[in-house]
Amino acid sequence: MNPSVYPVAIFFAAIFTNNILLTNYLGMCSFLSVSREIKTSLGLGAAVIFVMAVTSALNWIVYEYILIPLDLTYLRYIVFIIVIAAFVQIVEMIIERVSETLYAALGIFLPLITVNCAILGASLFMVIRQYNFLSSFMYGFGSGIGWSIAILAMAGIRQKLKNAKIPRGLEGAGITLIITGMMALAFIGFTGMIKIS
Amino acid sequence: MAAKGKVKKTFLSGLGADNPIFAQVLGICSTLAVTNVLKNTVVMVMGLIFVTSLSNFTISLLRNYIPSRIRMMVETLIIAAYVIIVDIVLKAYVPDISRQLGPYVGLIITNCIIMGRAEAFALSNPVGLSVADGLSAGMGYGYVLIIIAFFRELLGSGSIWGLRVLGSWWTNWFIMVMAPGAFFMLAIFIWVVRGLITEREKEEVKS
Repeated sequence: MNPSVYPVAIFFAAIFTNNILLTNYLGMCSFLSVSREIKTSLGLGAAVIFVMAVTSALNWIVYEYILIPLDLTYLRYIVFIIVIAAFVQIVEMIIERVSETLYAALGIFLPLITVNCAILGASLFMVIRQYNFLSSFMYGFGSGIGWSIAILAMAGIRQKLKNAKIPRGLEGAGITLIITGMMALAFIGFTGMIKIS
Repeated sequence: MAAKGKVKKTFLSGLGADNPIFAQVLGICSTLAVTNVLKNTVVMVMGLIFVTSLSNFTISLLRNYIPSRIRMMVETLIIAAYVIIVDIVLKAYVPDISRQLGPYVGLIITNCIIMGRAEAFALSNPVGLSVADGLSAGMGYGYVLIIIAFFRELLGSGSIWGLRVLGSWWTNWFIMVMAPGAFFMLAIFIWVVRGLITEREKEEVKS
Protein backbone atom coordinates (compact mmCIF):
# COMPACT_ATOMS: atom_id res chain seq x y z
CA MET A 1 0.00 0.00 0.00
CA ASN A 2 1.46 3.29 -1.09
CA PRO A 3 1.21 5.70 1.87
CA SER A 4 1.19 8.77 -0.37
CA VAL A 5 -2.16 7.77 -1.85
CA TYR A 6 -4.80 9.53 0.18
CA PRO A 7 -8.53 8.95 -0.13
CA VAL A 8 -9.18 12.61 -0.95
CA ALA A 9 -6.62 12.57 -3.75
CA ILE A 10 -8.21 9.39 -5.10
CA PHE A 11 -11.60 11.04 -4.98
CA PHE A 12 -10.50 13.97 -7.16
CA ALA A 13 -8.37 11.81 -9.41
CA ALA A 14 -11.37 9.57 -10.09
CA ILE A 15 -13.37 12.60 -11.21
CA PHE A 16 -10.77 14.37 -13.33
CA THR A 17 -7.53 12.65 -14.22
CA ASN A 18 -8.79 9.06 -14.19
CA ASN A 19 -12.38 9.61 -15.27
CA ILE A 20 -13.90 6.17 -15.59
CA LEU A 21 -15.73 6.97 -18.81
CA LEU A 22 -13.26 9.20 -20.61
CA THR A 23 -10.01 7.42 -19.78
CA ASN A 24 -11.16 3.88 -18.97
CA TYR A 25 -14.03 3.69 -21.49
CA LEU A 26 -16.41 2.11 -19.01
CA GLY A 27 -20.15 2.60 -19.00
CA MET A 28 -20.36 3.48 -22.68
CA CYS A 29 -23.52 1.50 -23.44
CA SER A 30 -25.81 3.42 -21.13
CA PHE A 31 -23.84 6.58 -21.84
CA LEU A 32 -24.72 6.40 -25.53
CA SER A 33 -28.33 5.38 -25.08
CA VAL A 34 -29.40 7.59 -22.18
CA SER A 35 -27.55 10.83 -22.93
CA ARG A 36 -30.32 12.22 -25.13
CA GLU A 37 -31.91 14.38 -22.44
CA ILE A 38 -30.56 16.23 -19.44
CA LYS A 39 -33.36 15.16 -17.11
CA THR A 40 -32.94 11.42 -17.61
CA SER A 41 -29.16 11.78 -17.51
CA LEU A 42 -29.45 13.47 -14.15
CA GLY A 43 -31.57 10.61 -12.80
CA LEU A 44 -29.23 7.92 -14.06
CA GLY A 45 -26.20 9.89 -12.87
CA ALA A 46 -27.57 10.12 -9.33
CA ALA A 47 -28.35 6.41 -9.28
CA VAL A 48 -24.86 5.55 -10.55
CA ILE A 49 -23.12 7.72 -7.94
CA PHE A 50 -25.06 6.08 -5.12
CA VAL A 51 -24.73 2.49 -6.32
CA MET A 52 -21.08 2.82 -7.28
CA ALA A 53 -20.01 4.32 -3.96
CA VAL A 54 -21.84 1.71 -1.87
CA THR A 55 -20.99 -1.34 -3.98
CA SER A 56 -17.27 -0.46 -4.08
CA ALA A 57 -17.27 -0.39 -0.29
CA LEU A 58 -19.39 -3.55 0.00
CA ASN A 59 -17.25 -5.42 -2.48
CA TRP A 60 -14.13 -4.36 -0.61
CA ILE A 61 -15.52 -5.85 2.59
CA VAL A 62 -16.54 -9.06 0.83
CA TYR A 63 -13.20 -9.36 -0.94
CA GLU A 64 -11.05 -8.64 2.09
CA TYR A 65 -12.96 -10.61 4.73
CA ILE A 66 -14.51 -13.46 2.77
CA LEU A 67 -12.68 -14.12 -0.48
CA ILE A 68 -9.08 -13.64 0.66
CA PRO A 69 -9.30 -15.73 3.88
CA LEU A 70 -11.03 -18.53 1.97
CA ASP A 71 -8.61 -18.25 -0.96
CA LEU A 72 -11.44 -17.83 -3.42
CA THR A 73 -10.24 -14.67 -5.15
CA TYR A 74 -10.70 -16.22 -8.58
CA LEU A 75 -14.45 -16.20 -7.90
CA ARG A 76 -14.49 -12.42 -7.54
CA TYR A 77 -16.26 -11.76 -10.84
CA ILE A 78 -19.24 -13.87 -9.86
CA VAL A 79 -19.31 -12.61 -6.29
CA PHE A 80 -19.03 -8.94 -7.26
CA ILE A 81 -21.80 -9.17 -9.81
CA ILE A 82 -24.06 -10.93 -7.30
CA VAL A 83 -23.35 -8.25 -4.68
CA ILE A 84 -24.13 -5.50 -7.19
CA ALA A 85 -27.30 -7.15 -8.45
CA ALA A 86 -28.54 -7.90 -4.94
CA PHE A 87 -27.80 -4.39 -3.75
CA VAL A 88 -29.60 -2.82 -6.70
CA GLN A 89 -32.59 -5.09 -6.08
CA ILE A 90 -32.77 -4.18 -2.39
CA VAL A 91 -32.45 -0.46 -3.09
CA GLU A 92 -35.21 -0.71 -5.64
CA MET A 93 -37.53 -2.37 -3.13
CA ILE A 94 -36.71 0.13 -0.38
CA ILE A 95 -37.21 3.14 -2.63
CA GLU A 96 -40.51 1.75 -3.83
CA ARG A 97 -41.80 1.55 -0.24
CA VAL A 98 -40.35 4.78 1.07
CA SER A 99 -40.80 7.41 -1.57
CA GLU A 100 -43.09 7.47 -4.57
CA THR A 101 -41.42 10.49 -6.14
CA LEU A 102 -37.92 9.09 -5.75
CA TYR A 103 -39.06 5.81 -7.25
CA ALA A 104 -40.61 7.60 -10.19
CA ALA A 105 -37.34 9.47 -10.71
CA LEU A 106 -34.83 6.65 -10.19
CA GLY A 107 -36.85 3.45 -10.42
CA ILE A 108 -36.48 2.80 -14.11
CA PHE A 109 -32.73 3.38 -14.02
CA LEU A 110 -31.89 0.92 -11.31
CA PRO A 111 -32.22 -2.30 -13.38
CA LEU A 112 -30.06 -0.68 -16.07
CA ILE A 113 -27.31 -0.23 -13.54
CA THR A 114 -26.67 -3.90 -12.88
CA VAL A 115 -25.35 -4.28 -16.41
CA ASN A 116 -23.46 -0.99 -16.40
CA CYS A 117 -19.85 -2.03 -16.79
CA ALA A 118 -18.61 1.03 -14.92
CA ILE A 119 -19.99 -0.33 -11.63
CA LEU A 120 -18.25 -3.68 -11.91
CA GLY A 121 -15.21 -1.90 -13.36
CA ALA A 122 -14.85 0.31 -10.29
CA SER A 123 -14.85 -2.75 -8.04
CA LEU A 124 -12.27 -4.53 -10.20
CA PHE A 125 -9.97 -1.51 -10.35
CA MET A 126 -10.19 -1.22 -6.58
CA VAL A 127 -8.92 -4.80 -6.23
CA ILE A 128 -6.12 -4.39 -8.78
CA ARG A 129 -4.90 -1.13 -7.26
CA GLN A 130 -5.09 -2.53 -3.71
CA TYR A 131 -7.04 0.33 -2.16
CA ASN A 132 -8.02 0.25 1.50
CA PHE A 133 -11.62 0.58 2.65
CA LEU A 134 -11.88 4.36 2.71
CA SER A 135 -10.02 4.74 -0.57
CA SER A 136 -12.32 2.22 -2.22
CA PHE A 137 -15.38 4.10 -1.08
CA MET A 138 -13.93 7.42 -2.23
CA TYR A 139 -12.89 5.90 -5.53
CA GLY A 140 -16.39 4.57 -6.20
CA PHE A 141 -17.96 7.85 -5.15
CA GLY A 142 -15.59 9.94 -7.27
CA SER A 143 -15.95 7.66 -10.29
CA GLY A 144 -19.73 7.96 -10.05
CA ILE A 145 -19.47 11.74 -9.99
CA GLY A 146 -17.01 11.71 -12.89
CA TRP A 147 -19.32 9.49 -14.93
CA SER A 148 -22.30 11.74 -14.16
CA ILE A 149 -20.38 14.87 -15.17
CA ALA A 150 -19.53 13.27 -18.49
CA ILE A 151 -23.09 12.13 -19.23
CA LEU A 152 -24.58 15.49 -18.20
CA ALA A 153 -22.17 17.39 -20.42
CA MET A 154 -22.98 15.05 -23.27
CA ALA A 155 -26.72 15.43 -22.76
CA GLY A 156 -26.37 19.21 -22.85
CA ILE A 157 -24.39 19.07 -26.08
CA ARG A 158 -26.78 16.59 -27.69
CA GLN A 159 -29.78 18.80 -26.97
CA LYS A 160 -28.09 21.60 -28.92
CA LEU A 161 -27.16 19.15 -31.66
CA LYS A 162 -30.78 18.39 -32.46
CA ASN A 163 -30.90 21.38 -34.79
CA ALA A 164 -27.46 20.85 -36.27
CA LYS A 165 -26.87 19.50 -39.74
CA ILE A 166 -24.84 16.30 -39.38
CA PRO A 167 -23.18 14.44 -42.28
CA ARG A 168 -25.06 11.33 -43.37
CA GLY A 169 -23.92 8.16 -41.63
CA LEU A 170 -22.61 10.11 -38.66
CA GLU A 171 -25.96 10.77 -36.96
CA GLY A 172 -26.58 9.17 -33.58
CA ALA A 173 -23.71 7.03 -32.39
CA GLY A 174 -21.05 8.45 -34.71
CA ILE A 175 -21.33 12.08 -33.72
CA THR A 176 -21.73 11.15 -30.05
CA LEU A 177 -18.45 9.22 -30.17
CA ILE A 178 -16.63 12.13 -31.81
CA ILE A 179 -17.87 14.51 -29.13
CA THR A 180 -16.87 12.00 -26.45
CA GLY A 181 -13.41 11.95 -28.03
CA MET A 182 -13.22 15.72 -27.79
CA MET A 183 -14.33 15.62 -24.16
CA ALA A 184 -11.63 13.02 -23.49
CA LEU A 185 -9.10 15.36 -25.14
CA ALA A 186 -10.23 18.15 -22.85
CA PHE A 187 -9.88 15.89 -19.81
CA ILE A 188 -6.31 15.03 -20.82
CA GLY A 189 -5.66 18.63 -19.83
CA PHE A 190 -6.06 17.55 -16.19
CA THR A 191 -3.24 15.02 -16.48
CA GLY A 192 -0.52 15.57 -13.93
CA MET A 193 -2.77 17.51 -11.58
CA ILE A 194 -3.07 14.52 -9.27
CA LYS A 195 -1.16 11.29 -9.62
CA ILE A 196 -2.49 7.97 -8.41
CA SER A 197 -1.10 4.56 -9.09
CA MET B 1 -31.23 -28.55 -45.81
CA ALA B 2 -33.55 -25.79 -44.70
CA ALA B 3 -32.06 -25.89 -41.22
CA LYS B 4 -28.58 -25.60 -42.66
CA GLY B 5 -29.57 -22.54 -44.67
CA LYS B 6 -30.97 -20.94 -41.55
CA VAL B 7 -27.76 -21.52 -39.63
CA LYS B 8 -25.80 -19.91 -42.44
CA LYS B 9 -28.14 -16.94 -42.58
CA THR B 10 -27.92 -16.44 -38.81
CA PHE B 11 -24.17 -16.67 -39.00
CA LEU B 12 -23.81 -14.12 -41.80
CA SER B 13 -26.19 -11.57 -40.32
CA GLY B 14 -23.92 -11.03 -37.31
CA LEU B 15 -20.98 -10.26 -39.56
CA GLY B 16 -22.83 -7.80 -41.76
CA ALA B 17 -26.26 -6.30 -41.36
CA ASP B 18 -26.67 -6.98 -37.64
CA ASN B 19 -23.07 -6.40 -36.65
CA PRO B 20 -23.02 -5.68 -32.92
CA ILE B 21 -20.67 -2.72 -33.24
CA PHE B 22 -21.56 -0.63 -36.24
CA ALA B 23 -25.23 -1.56 -36.59
CA GLN B 24 -26.28 -1.87 -32.96
CA VAL B 25 -23.44 0.05 -31.24
CA LEU B 26 -23.32 -2.41 -28.36
CA GLY B 27 -20.56 -3.56 -26.09
CA ILE B 28 -18.07 -0.92 -27.02
CA CYS B 29 -16.70 -0.48 -23.49
CA SER B 30 -14.06 -3.11 -23.86
CA THR B 31 -13.79 -2.45 -27.57
CA LEU B 32 -12.10 0.80 -26.96
CA ALA B 33 -9.98 -0.11 -24.01
CA VAL B 34 -7.97 -2.95 -25.51
CA THR B 35 -7.51 -1.74 -29.06
CA ASN B 36 -4.29 0.25 -28.62
CA VAL B 37 -2.17 -2.86 -29.22
CA LEU B 38 -3.08 -5.45 -31.85
CA LYS B 39 -1.79 -8.46 -29.91
CA ASN B 40 -3.94 -7.73 -26.85
CA THR B 41 -6.93 -7.20 -29.08
CA VAL B 42 -6.59 -10.60 -30.73
CA VAL B 43 -6.36 -12.30 -27.34
CA MET B 44 -9.38 -10.40 -26.08
CA VAL B 45 -11.37 -11.25 -29.21
CA MET B 46 -10.62 -14.94 -28.85
CA GLY B 47 -11.79 -14.82 -25.25
CA LEU B 48 -14.93 -13.02 -26.28
CA ILE B 49 -15.81 -15.45 -29.08
CA PHE B 50 -15.32 -18.33 -26.65
CA VAL B 51 -17.64 -16.74 -24.10
CA THR B 52 -20.38 -15.67 -26.53
CA SER B 53 -20.64 -19.01 -28.28
CA LEU B 54 -20.47 -21.17 -25.16
CA SER B 55 -22.79 -18.99 -23.09
CA ASN B 56 -25.28 -19.01 -25.95
CA PHE B 57 -24.91 -22.79 -26.10
CA THR B 58 -25.52 -23.27 -22.39
CA ILE B 59 -28.38 -20.82 -22.12
CA SER B 60 -30.07 -22.31 -25.15
CA LEU B 61 -29.68 -25.78 -23.67
CA LEU B 62 -31.27 -24.66 -20.41
CA ARG B 63 -33.82 -22.31 -21.94
CA ASN B 64 -36.83 -24.39 -20.93
CA TYR B 65 -35.68 -24.69 -17.33
CA ILE B 66 -34.77 -21.08 -16.54
CA PRO B 67 -37.61 -19.31 -14.70
CA SER B 68 -38.26 -16.08 -16.55
CA ARG B 69 -38.28 -13.93 -13.40
CA ILE B 70 -34.66 -14.60 -12.56
CA ARG B 71 -33.38 -15.21 -16.09
CA MET B 72 -31.07 -12.17 -16.11
CA MET B 73 -29.32 -13.42 -13.01
CA VAL B 74 -28.97 -16.94 -14.39
CA GLU B 75 -27.59 -15.62 -17.66
CA THR B 76 -25.10 -13.41 -15.87
CA LEU B 77 -23.87 -16.30 -13.75
CA ILE B 78 -23.42 -18.58 -16.75
CA ILE B 79 -21.49 -15.86 -18.56
CA ALA B 80 -19.40 -15.14 -15.47
CA ALA B 81 -18.45 -18.80 -15.17
CA TYR B 82 -17.07 -18.81 -18.72
CA VAL B 83 -15.28 -15.51 -18.18
CA ILE B 84 -13.52 -16.97 -15.15
CA ILE B 85 -12.29 -19.84 -17.33
CA VAL B 86 -10.93 -17.36 -19.87
CA ASP B 87 -9.29 -15.33 -17.12
CA ILE B 88 -7.56 -18.34 -15.57
CA VAL B 89 -6.36 -19.62 -18.95
CA LEU B 90 -4.95 -16.22 -19.89
CA LYS B 91 -3.20 -15.90 -16.53
CA ALA B 92 -1.59 -19.29 -16.99
CA TYR B 93 -0.47 -19.08 -20.63
CA VAL B 94 -0.02 -15.39 -21.46
CA PRO B 95 0.57 -13.68 -18.09
CA ASP B 96 1.96 -10.50 -19.68
CA ILE B 97 -1.07 -9.88 -21.82
CA SER B 98 -3.36 -10.85 -18.96
CA ARG B 99 -1.74 -8.16 -16.81
CA GLN B 100 -2.10 -5.55 -19.54
CA LEU B 101 -5.74 -6.39 -20.12
CA GLY B 102 -6.29 -5.99 -16.39
CA PRO B 103 -9.93 -5.64 -15.42
CA TYR B 104 -11.18 -5.69 -19.00
CA VAL B 105 -11.25 -9.48 -19.16
CA GLY B 106 -13.60 -9.52 -16.17
CA LEU B 107 -15.66 -6.82 -17.79
CA ILE B 108 -16.60 -9.22 -20.59
CA ILE B 109 -19.35 -10.23 -18.12
CA THR B 110 -21.08 -6.91 -18.44
CA ASN B 111 -20.43 -6.64 -22.16
CA CYS B 112 -23.85 -5.89 -23.56
CA ILE B 113 -23.29 -8.04 -26.65
CA ILE B 114 -23.18 -11.31 -24.77
CA MET B 115 -26.13 -10.44 -22.58
CA GLY B 116 -27.98 -9.09 -25.59
CA ARG B 117 -27.43 -12.24 -27.67
CA ALA B 118 -28.44 -14.45 -24.76
CA GLU B 119 -31.58 -12.44 -24.12
CA ALA B 120 -32.57 -11.88 -27.75
CA PHE B 121 -31.54 -15.15 -29.33
CA ALA B 122 -30.45 -18.04 -27.14
CA LEU B 123 -33.54 -17.92 -24.92
CA SER B 124 -35.87 -18.65 -27.81
CA ASN B 125 -33.84 -20.70 -30.30
CA PRO B 126 -32.48 -24.25 -30.53
CA VAL B 127 -28.90 -25.05 -29.60
CA GLY B 128 -27.31 -25.23 -33.04
CA LEU B 129 -28.67 -21.92 -34.19
CA SER B 130 -27.72 -20.25 -30.92
CA VAL B 131 -24.12 -21.36 -31.19
CA ALA B 132 -23.99 -20.03 -34.77
CA ASP B 133 -25.45 -16.77 -33.57
CA GLY B 134 -22.98 -16.50 -30.70
CA LEU B 135 -20.04 -17.27 -32.97
CA SER B 136 -21.12 -14.74 -35.52
CA ALA B 137 -21.79 -11.99 -32.98
CA GLY B 138 -18.37 -12.65 -31.46
CA MET B 139 -16.62 -12.67 -34.82
CA GLY B 140 -18.51 -9.65 -36.10
CA TYR B 141 -17.39 -7.83 -33.00
CA GLY B 142 -13.89 -9.23 -33.33
CA TYR B 143 -13.06 -8.14 -36.85
CA VAL B 144 -14.15 -4.58 -36.13
CA LEU B 145 -11.90 -4.54 -33.07
CA ILE B 146 -8.99 -5.89 -35.06
CA ILE B 147 -9.39 -3.27 -37.80
CA ILE B 148 -9.52 -0.49 -35.21
CA ALA B 149 -6.55 -1.91 -33.32
CA PHE B 150 -4.55 -2.19 -36.56
CA PHE B 151 -4.92 1.51 -37.31
CA ARG B 152 -4.43 2.62 -33.71
CA GLU B 153 -1.21 0.67 -33.31
CA LEU B 154 0.04 1.71 -36.75
CA LEU B 155 -0.58 5.41 -36.21
CA GLY B 156 0.05 5.48 -32.49
CA SER B 157 3.28 3.49 -32.24
CA GLY B 158 4.29 3.02 -35.89
CA SER B 159 4.21 -0.74 -35.48
CA ILE B 160 2.06 -3.77 -36.17
CA TRP B 161 2.02 -6.75 -33.81
CA GLY B 162 4.91 -5.15 -31.92
CA LEU B 163 7.11 -4.94 -35.03
CA ARG B 164 8.11 -1.50 -36.22
CA VAL B 165 6.90 -1.04 -39.82
CA LEU B 166 7.03 2.69 -40.27
CA GLY B 167 10.55 4.11 -40.49
CA SER B 168 12.18 6.55 -38.14
CA TRP B 169 10.69 9.43 -40.15
CA TRP B 170 7.31 8.61 -38.66
CA THR B 171 6.24 10.69 -35.69
CA ASN B 172 3.98 8.68 -33.42
CA TRP B 173 0.52 10.08 -32.90
CA PHE B 174 0.30 9.71 -29.14
CA ILE B 175 -3.32 10.64 -29.25
CA MET B 176 -4.08 7.34 -30.98
CA VAL B 177 -2.93 5.22 -28.06
CA MET B 178 -4.80 7.39 -25.60
CA ALA B 179 -8.54 7.47 -25.00
CA PRO B 180 -9.61 10.12 -27.56
CA GLY B 181 -7.97 8.17 -30.40
CA ALA B 182 -10.22 5.21 -29.64
CA PHE B 183 -13.35 7.32 -29.73
CA PHE B 184 -12.34 9.01 -32.98
CA MET B 185 -11.35 5.75 -34.69
CA LEU B 186 -14.62 4.06 -33.80
CA ALA B 187 -16.63 7.09 -34.94
CA ILE B 188 -14.77 7.17 -38.26
CA PHE B 189 -15.29 3.44 -38.70
CA ILE B 190 -19.03 3.73 -38.08
CA TRP B 191 -19.19 6.72 -40.41
CA VAL B 192 -17.44 4.92 -43.27
CA VAL B 193 -19.50 1.74 -42.96
CA ARG B 194 -22.84 3.50 -42.62
CA GLY B 195 -21.92 5.87 -45.43
CA LEU B 196 -21.19 2.94 -47.73
CA ILE B 197 -24.42 1.17 -46.76
CA THR B 198 -26.58 4.21 -47.44
CA GLU B 199 -24.80 4.83 -50.77
CA ARG B 200 -25.55 1.27 -51.86
CA GLU B 201 -29.18 1.51 -50.80
CA LYS B 202 -29.58 4.69 -52.81
CA GLU B 203 -28.20 3.02 -55.92
CA GLU B 204 -30.53 0.07 -55.46
CA VAL B 205 -33.53 2.40 -55.30
CA LYS B 206 -32.41 4.16 -58.49
CA SER B 207 -31.90 1.00 -60.53
